[in-house]
Amino acid sequence: MSGPTLTRGHVVIDVEACKGCDLCIDACPPGVLTMTTHAVNRRGYRYPVLAPGCTGCKACSQICPDFVFQVYKLAEPVEVSVDGEGAP
Amino acid sequence: MIHRSDELRVVTVDGRAVLDTDGAPQGARLVDDFTPTLVDEGHHHLCPGCGEPIAMRSVLETLEEIDVVSRSIGVFGIGCYTAFSNNLDCEVAQALHGRAPSVATGIKRAKPDTVVFTIQGDGDMVNEGLQEVIHAAARGERITCVMLNNGVFGETGGHITATTVLGQRTKNTLDGRDGREHGYPIRLSNLLVDLEGVAFVGRCAVNNAGNVARTRKMLQRAFEVQVADVGFSFVEILTMCPTGWFIDTLEAPAYLDERLAATHTLGVLKDVAAG
Repeated sequence: MSGPTLTRGHVVIDVEACKGCDLCIDACPPGVLTMTTHAVNRRGYRYPVLAPGCTGCKACSQICPDFVFQVYKLAEPVEVSVDGEGAP
Repeated sequence: MIHRSDELRVVTVDGRAVLDTDGAPQGARLVDDFTPTLVDEGHHHLCPGCGEPIAMRSVLETLEEIDVVSRSIGVFGIGCYTAFSNNLDCEVAQALHGRAPSVATGIKRAKPDTVVFTIQGDGDMVNEGLQEVIHAAARGERITCVMLNNGVFGETGGHITATTVLGQRTKNTLDGRDGREHGYPIRLSNLLVDLEGVAFVGRCAVNNAGNVARTRKMLQRAFEVQVADVGFSFVEILTMCPTGWFIDTLEAPAYLDERLAATHTLGVLKDVAAG
């Protein structure tokens, strides 16, 4: 991802509860969730990671069968970038 | 006003820079917690990609939304979803296989001020106890029956149910359900529509975010109909069972749309109060 992205929300992910079903990936309207390709949790499941651009819409938490997501709205919208070491 | 963030930390996973999701940024407002408030313990043994916990969340959060938790009583059938029956922070009675509508009838008649609902699967409701739900509906019992329909007896091994759609693979229809050999699927919601005691019938699904939102609306309507003393209300929720369907979890939402929902069509089938 290049350049800062407007971000209004954030999710906390209970990685160890995830069973890697992928339902959240398609459900995410801004498409900021992706599954890991190699990293797995203690039970061997891949899990979702978050890129900037979350809106806090709750689509992931509502579709997740394993109650993996905690969804937050940020106090103010922020520009977030993951480019470079130590970003933003 | 747009600020640059100094709260959202960046970490590296799989060689990619992503946001740290271990904690919440300061000042952020919680809008949805991990586990629904009414579920005591969120970790469960159900398979990856199962639709039943999603449906359970929808039911429980709808009860909270319409503020009837303190007077609600759930009656559970037997199925994978029964994992939640002793794990909820609301009153629950456990029925024998297929008998939940009759148990719910007894509870509602003894305590008319309660909001009584059943949680049953298609195997429980349509195979084991079809007469129970039909008679409860025909009597116009003021209860809400919720059927989680995935076309599979998931808990007992994944065999065919009465709602399994033609062509669907199960453990004992490995080449797909064949109408001539295995019979044709029962569309329970469609059967119930013609009964005079029935006030609301809706069929929805939990295979994508839009359908989850529609499911919540139908559940809300069904409970409102019960509270308003209009009649029997019924919500059929199509749920994913990738294990029982022999498919990858990723393919399950589309499989539901293309196979199950082609026979069990989604939508409100009856709403007496709406005219």
